Amino acid sequence: MAQQPAHDSHEAHGSLKSYVIGFVMSLVLTAIPLIVVLNDILDGTAAKVVLLGSAILQFVVQLVYFMHLKEEGKPRYNLMVLILGLIIVLTIVAGSIWIMTYNKVA
Amino acid sequence: MANSVNRAIAEPARHDEHHHEEHHDLEGLRMMGFWIFLITDCILFGTLFATYVVLSGSYAGGPAGAELFEMPGIIAETFILLTSSFTSGLAVLSMNRGDRKGLIGWLIVTVLLGAAFITLEVTEFMTLVHEGASISTSAFWSAFYTLVGTHGLHVSIGLVWMIAIMIQLGRHGINSVTRRKVNIVSLYWHFLDVVWIFVFTIVYMMGVM
Repeated sequence: MAQQPAHDSHEAHGSLKSYVIGFVMSLVLTAIPLIVVLNDILDGTAAKVVLLGSAILQFVVQLVYFMHLKEEGKPRYNLMVLILGLIIVLTIVAGSIWIMTYNKVA
Repeated sequence: MANSVNRAIAEPARHDEHHHEEHHDLEGLRMMGFWIFLITDCILFGTLFATYVVLSGSYAGGPAGAELFEMPGIIAETFILLTSSFTSGLAVLSMNRGDRKGLIGWLIVTVLLGAAFITLEVTEFMTLVHEGASISTSAFWSAFYTLVGTHGLHVSIGLVWMIAIMIQLGRHGINSVTRRKVNIVSLYWHFLDVVWIFVFTIVYMMGVM
């Protein structure tokens, strides 16, 4: 989008097609964990991987098709802020789980 | 969105070309400010998720989540919020076409779907409390109500916000200020849907697994 003239980059964020693609992909990615868990197709670690994988994929789908992250011009400040935020979130979540797993003394 | 910000920073020499573009650049900067807020909100939810996961086994002799969660309602909430995220995108598309009626119409659909979501969630909470799982029952339920309730609060604020923007649109029509506000509220709404995906996956799906 960066090469287009100023007016287009303001007006043309997303199209009906990209929203429909995002919506359909989100529906599918919500249906997959439901089918897997409610019919007991997988269990244990395999089910967790499918569940978290679908959630993360859906996060990416919504970022790209609904929140238009890919249409950002350079330099990509929004993407940089997002990555910084995700690093902080991952540190908090993984760090908390890690510490508390080995701290069940009391 | 950020294109205008980038242009302002990368090519300051172009400013004299279009005087009105400075105004657009300011709106773009405000969009980016809101994006930074969303990321900090992401960190807030991250801490609540961490708390929930750490406390996910601490029932203190009370009921477990899996015993009380009623999935049909949760699944309905999930698809309702997902659809409302889509309709808020359709509102932005109508706005980009300059179609004010379409814009307000899709915002009304989004608000109605959001209100349906909140109604289902409040009903769910009331049922849970009725069955003996209130916020003070155990560490698990405290973490549960804090995490899911914070998301519900965000959705409720979003509903009030969208109604306020619809009133502004009715009065002033689509201009660069209301345009930015609609873009921001739809970004916020998509973000809430993303957070719900993780609530749905980690709290409910992994809870009943």
